[in-house]
Amino acid sequence: MQLITCPYCGPREEVEFHYGGQAHVAYPADPSALSDEEWAHYLFFRDNPRGPFAERWVHALGCRRWFNAVRDTATYRFHHIYRLDEPKPETT
Amino acid sequence: MSELGSPASAAPLRLPEAGRIDRTVTYGFSFNGQRLIGHPGDTLASALLAHGVHQTSTSIKLGRPRGIAAAWAEDPSGLVQIEEPFPEPMLLATTVELIDGLVAHGIPGQGRLAEVPDSARYDARHVHADLLVVGAGPTGLSVALAAARAGARVVLVDEQSEAGGYLLGSNERIDDRPALDWVAAATAELAGFADVLHLQRTTAFGHFHDGYVLALERRTDHLGASAPRNRSRQRVWRIRARHVLIAAGAHERPIVFTDNDRPGIMLAGGARTFLHRYGVLAGRDVVVFTTNDSAYAAAVDLADAGARVHAVVDARAEAPEAWKEECTRRDIPVRTGQVVCGTEGVDRVTAASVASLSDGALGERDRIACDLLLVSGGWNPAVHLFSQAGGRLRYDESLGAFVPGEDREDTTVAGAAAGVLELGECLADGGRAAEAALTALGIRHGGLQAIPAAGTGSGQTPPLVLWRVPDPDGDGTAQFVDLQRDATVADIARAVGAGMRTVEHIKRYTTIGTAHDQGKTSGVIASGIAAELIGRPVGELGTTTFRPPYTPVAFAALAGRDRGSLFDPERTTAVHAWHLSRGAVWEDVGQWKRPRYYPLPGEDMEAAVLRECAAARGGVGILDGSTLGKIDVQGPDAAEFLNRLYTNMMATLKVGSVRYGVMCGADGMVLDDGTVLRLADDHFLAYTSTGGAAAVLEWMEEWLQTEWPDLRVYLTSVTEHWATFPVVGPRSRDVVGAVFPDVDVSNDGFPFMTWRDTTLGGVPVRLARVSFSGELAYEVNVDTWHAQAVWDRLIAAGERHGITPYGTETMHVLRAEKAYPIVGQDTDGTVTPHDLGMAWVVSKKKPDFIGKRSFARGDNQRPDRKQLVALLPEDHDLLLPEGSQVVEGPNLSEPPVPMLGHVTSSYHSAELQRTFALALVKSGRSRIGQVVHVPVGGSLVPVEIREPVLVDPEGARRDG
Amino acid sequence: MTAETLARSGPLQQLTDRLAELPRTVQVVPESFVAMIDLRLDPAGAAGSDVVSYLGVDLPTTPSTWVETDAVRVIWLGPDEWLVTSLSRTPQDLEAGLRDAVHGRGAVVDVSGQRTALRLAGEHARDVLSAGCAIDLHPRFFRRGAAVQTLLGLASVVLLALDDTGTSYHILVRSSFAEYLARWLLDAAIEHSDS
Repeated sequence: MQLITCPYCGPREEVEFHYGGQAHVAYPADPSALSDEEWAHYLFFRDNPRGPFAERWVHALGCRRWFNAVRDTATYRFHHIYRLDEPKPETT
Repeated sequence: MSELGSPASAAPLRLPEAGRIDRTVTYGFSFNGQRLIGHPGDTLASALLAHGVHQTSTSIKLGRPRGIAAAWAEDPSGLVQIEEPFPEPMLLATTVELIDGLVAHGIPGQGRLAEVPDSARYDARHVHADLLVVGAGPTGLSVALAAARAGARVVLVDEQSEAGGYLLGSNERIDDRPALDWVAAATAELAGFADVLHLQRTTAFGHFHDGYVLALERRTDHLGASAPRNRSRQRVWRIRARHVLIAAGAHERPIVFTDNDRPGIMLAGGARTFLHRYGVLAGRDVVVFTTNDSAYAAAVDLADAGARVHAVVDARAEAPEAWKEECTRRDIPVRTGQVVCGTEGVDRVTAASVASLSDGALGERDRIACDLLLVSGGWNPAVHLFSQAGGRLRYDESLGAFVPGEDREDTTVAGAAAGVLELGECLADGGRAAEAALTALGIRHGGLQAIPAAGTGSGQTPPLVLWRVPDPDGDGTAQFVDLQRDATVADIARAVGAGMRTVEHIKRYTTIGTAHDQGKTSGVIASGIAAELIGRPVGELGTTTFRPPYTPVAFAALAGRDRGSLFDPERTTAVHAWHLSRGAVWEDVGQWKRPRYYPLPGEDMEAAVLRECAAARGGVGILDGSTLGKIDVQGPDAAEFLNRLYTNMMATLKVGSVRYGVMCGADGMVLDDGTVLRLADDHFLAYTSTGGAAAVLEWMEEWLQTEWPDLRVYLTSVTEHWATFPVVGPRSRDVVGAVFPDVDVSNDGFPFMTWRDTTLGGVPVRLARVSFSGELAYEVNVDTWHAQAVWDRLIAAGERHGITPYGTETMHVLRAEKAYPIVGQDTDGTVTPHDLGMAWVVSKKKPDFIGKRSFARGDNQRPDRKQLVALLPEDHDLLLPEGSQVVEGPNLSEPPVPMLGHVTSSYHSAELQRTFALALVKSGRSRIGQVVHVPVGGSLVPVEIREPVLVDPEGARRDG
Repeated sequence: MTAETLARSGPLQQLTDRLAELPRTVQVVPESFVAMIDLRLDPAGAAGSDVVSYLGVDLPTTPSTWVETDAVRVIWLGPDEWLVTSLSRTPQDLEAGLRDAVHGRGAVVDVSGQRTALRLAGEHARDVLSAGCAIDLHPRFFRRGAAVQTLLGLASVVLLALDDTGTSYHILVRSSFAEYLARWLLDAAIEHSDS
């Protein structure tokens, strides 16, 4: 049972959180201006790196806040956790 | 004494003194039908050995006699089935604490589960610590003491019945006193700290992320009949530690030789433990076979206790001087450069063949009669918990074992578990490890504690790494690596011959290490032998991954109290008790308990539902719809927010009105649906499906927080604040009008898709003209405090109209007759609003909303998409099974048969006086009137495709 | 219609007797009909100070805390969300007062029926909680003034510490889970029963 540090509530067990997929995939400003392929790319294509990955999480059973995190997909270790209004930290 | 009566004889191999057993109390027990005796402090194994019983049963594949081969959980063979006090299979005789009246028998690797329910309780506790110490041996105790003295919150767990670890099975001294005196003083001191939790009989069996360790405490078995009935039998401790210190000791390793599996062949340390801890001589005529110093202690101690030790066979060229002298003093012959290369005996070893071993060749064989053959091939540090948490291991050439190969921030391994095998060094290592851990935790401590003095100080002669003795006359088929699996050197050779080159493959091919002991004795040896056969260094080949659990854990313990009615929470509405009193038959909708129907005496579901449907369409019915999700949406941008989420226009909804809306994912597929009430310019109440409540709120929050933080909107769940009771049918106006006389319930005064606030006895009530049945209906909403009272009023007022409570089944029939879809039943995440025939709910005016762009994707424009239609079976009584495939027919073409779609909903209709179904069918809407087929019970049933709305397609009924 | 008052009922009525039979070391007392208002606003804004004047206490901005006055208790639920509870005020009255104070600069929602309140007290109260709550309940960390939203058993709860000794707690549970939670507590208390 991993701990995830909610930027508000602090470290809590992972069962209190829900996963929200890749972070920083912005909803297109004007979807109607996109080709089918570009739209499909927004809908269905996500990175799948081995290593650090910026993700969205929500403290579903706690304060209900969404936040971002950089997590290593190979070790599960959270390297950074940051609020939505904070910039994505530099990762190596 | 138990009712088993007097045993035939006393235990002949029980020493008059020694051991930590209570000889003043005698227990009777039965094993393999034999009546035997033992004492408090015994394990089943020690009590058996006291009677000279080594064999427990025969092996699973080969039927070879097998017995007790170690003194604790590393034993690969002494498996028993407990019959009394409660049946439990696959336990080790070495870890079963003896109680009076125990009935057990040996099993060949397969036991029998109880046929009666286990009435014992199992529970769990969460506990937090600065430092978790695993193992209360010399290392763990010194760590725990240092940490406790520094004020740390400490949890100390140990799997044995008492603290001491290795010391329990030895006669070592610490500070020139018996080591167990030091253990007693340490545990007494620990007991004085409020923030120290010291648990014996507690096995740390899994080590996970972030200092999370699961440990199983056995709490009542050892108490026998005197165990308090309310105490849980086993408890899973969920330990969250800032730092985990593993002082789990080491497992002695056997050496593989021909016929090394006979009863009476035992790990040397095990025999020493049986002697010192239980006062039992495991045999009278002993041969010791070793590659290292530690087994000499067993030889010397057993000799001192009266056994005849006929030889210490040391595979090394030189024996350690100090031990040689001890042996000489006791007339124990020491044979260096020799090995045991075979044994004799059937149900007990009777002799060992000994020969010299040089350059891989065996010399002349010597036969030595014995009834106990002790073996020591060195020690494997118990690195399980370190490895489970992802710690890398390193092969130590000198130990011939895998040891922790890296430093980890939150885990330390100390003492024998880290390859430190000498007592004095373990105590020192514990002190050092405690100091480092406390420093890392930022806990101030008084520096390195005084280390108790222990050990001979003579140091150790390096061990020899010997995995197996050659088998020149055989083929390795009698050289057992994993006794539990009957897996041999020949099996490893076959795996290597078949081309396997990794231990993970070899493990799976040979099954070595997959039995109940998970390879505690066999794992490293298998790596060593495989490495030899492949011709690679062991360190390069590595070992298999250690996975939880360290020792077997019963599912009952893992389930704990989450069983029966507590297995999954049963969510109840505010009028649950009323439903119960009316004999409702329940449907589980997610975690909710919802009445499915209310049978009258003699009614089955079909009859009850037909009656309930008829009442709702012909008179008045009432449903408990409180489980619907409800989300309060407030803020100046609430209208804009909902406009972006729903496919239809919400911004134009007037205050006082209600609109049905559909939400789609960005992929354009239907996510949820429900009605939306506009309470004020900046205030809406959105209803969701019962199952979608939590997900929809999270979905809304996701968009609001991550994409549109500029929108001034607040979302609050009010699902359980409001009870919701649809009153449905032509007579609903009379009922609602009677209960709420101040509300104008006429169609003009209270039109369809509007809502009205009122009060009842001062309590706010909200009424809404919405309909999920096509009938005139009023949805009555009241806070859950007053839900039962309002429900009672509605029932009372409806009595003269024959008001009929109806359940989810009737609700489903009524809505299906109107082709109102149920998200998740008629949709499956691949269905657009257009597929449901609901293009009208998709706004063409809004520039964008979630899902809009996807509707223009080519795939969503295909004319052959599956579309929602009704199906009418030609046989009016035939109920199509939901989920049935729809095919062309009337004959099946050659496979693969093209699938046209599937039945999503299927019911008997009281209104239509026949069965009907909804289905998703390819190009369904352009096939209205055509006949297709559905396979039912082996035959193809003709069904007609129809427009989906079967009842009142003009919508004439909704206004009454 | 008559002006007679409507009877109120709560989800734990069926269990009242069984709860009353619990040992002294594990007392579970339903606290029915607590007014509860969900309050949403930017605590730094003007609405924040108006609400503070109205309530007579600062809104707690430290996560996982609560404060109280004689009339109300204010529980932190999120960076812009609080639960205001009161035993002495009616939901309508409290909602209206807060709505006036917030004045459209946030949100005020009556959620009195959304959750059911229980008090858990006694020598073994903390033990019972630790049977199904992963939060560190050591009184050094979880003491009067602390309030966490977490799981207890399989139910989502708001858990408040009422004292500094781990013997008195307030539990707010979603009303539909109240019966489950009460049964869970009854079951957990068996370990501490006298028999």
